Amino acid sequence: MSNNLLFDFNVDAEAKTVYITREFNASLTLVWDAFTRAELLDQWVAPAPMRAKTRYMDFRVGGRRFYAMISPDGQAHWSVQKYTSINAKTNFKVFSCFADEDETLQLPGSDWDYTFIEHGEKTTVMITIYNDSRDRLQKMIEMGFKIGFTLTLQNLEDLLATLSQKI
Amino acid sequence: MKQDIFQAIADPTRRAILTLIAIQSLTPNAMAEKFDMSRQAVSKHIKVLHECELIKPEQSGREIYYHFNAKKMQEFDHWIAQFRQKWEIQFNQLDELLSTIKDKK
Repeated sequence: MSNNLLFDFNVDAEAKTVYITREFNASLTLVWDAFTRAELLDQWVAPAPMRAKTRYMDFRVGGRRFYAMISPDGQAHWSVQKYTSINAKTNFKVFSCFADEDETLQLPGSDWDYTFIEHGEKTTVMITIYNDSRDRLQKMIEMGFKIGFTLTLQNLEDLLATLSQKI
Repeated sequence: MKQDIFQAIADPTRRAILTLIAIQSLTPNAMAEKFDMSRQAVSKHIKVLHECELIKPEQSGREIYYHFNAKKMQEFDHWIAQFRQKWEIQFNQLDELLSTIKDKK
């Protein structure tokens, strides 16, 4: 990694929970916005070459975000996030669920908890993802795996392109 | 298949069995003795671990010894690592976005 920002990642199969902690080199206000405003979220949540597109986002308790992760081949993977709790610039909780393009939920979903802590010029974000079922945890990782795998292939393509230019 | 591994390692007794046989291969009887469990209980755990290929049986005379299949565990680690990588890339993108916004100010 090019930076030395803290990044911690743990999967607890027994608790059906994923724990992620990441430090950012920015103020709490800015980091909070990046996690809670659609126009900013769409710029980073999809790992390239995938892209994210929010159809709508209503950031208030009881409100929802309906968005898609779009693969390079144009295939959209829809998800719905329902905001269950919000404490400005401290914490928010969402119930997240895969969906189809008509916003029909594919239950079960998972519960996400985001906590933000500012220290000096940095901000730490702690994410806890709890899944009701192990199936769902598996599906979530499977999805991440596919994306990770696509990225690996993409990186390989880039590498091959660079190498072939050198010849 | 991956789900089976999840199920296998979600159980504390099965994790303990794996830890133990990673050091030294054991017979079902030896496992039952070490964990103070019935042969039936041990057989159940062995079945789950064997089905997802985390352990491998090997016949030695009249006894069957179970070995830890490190290769399978590595595959599983690799699978989880891809998930981690997805997050790493997302966060690196966020780092860039944050620094772009800061520069504009």
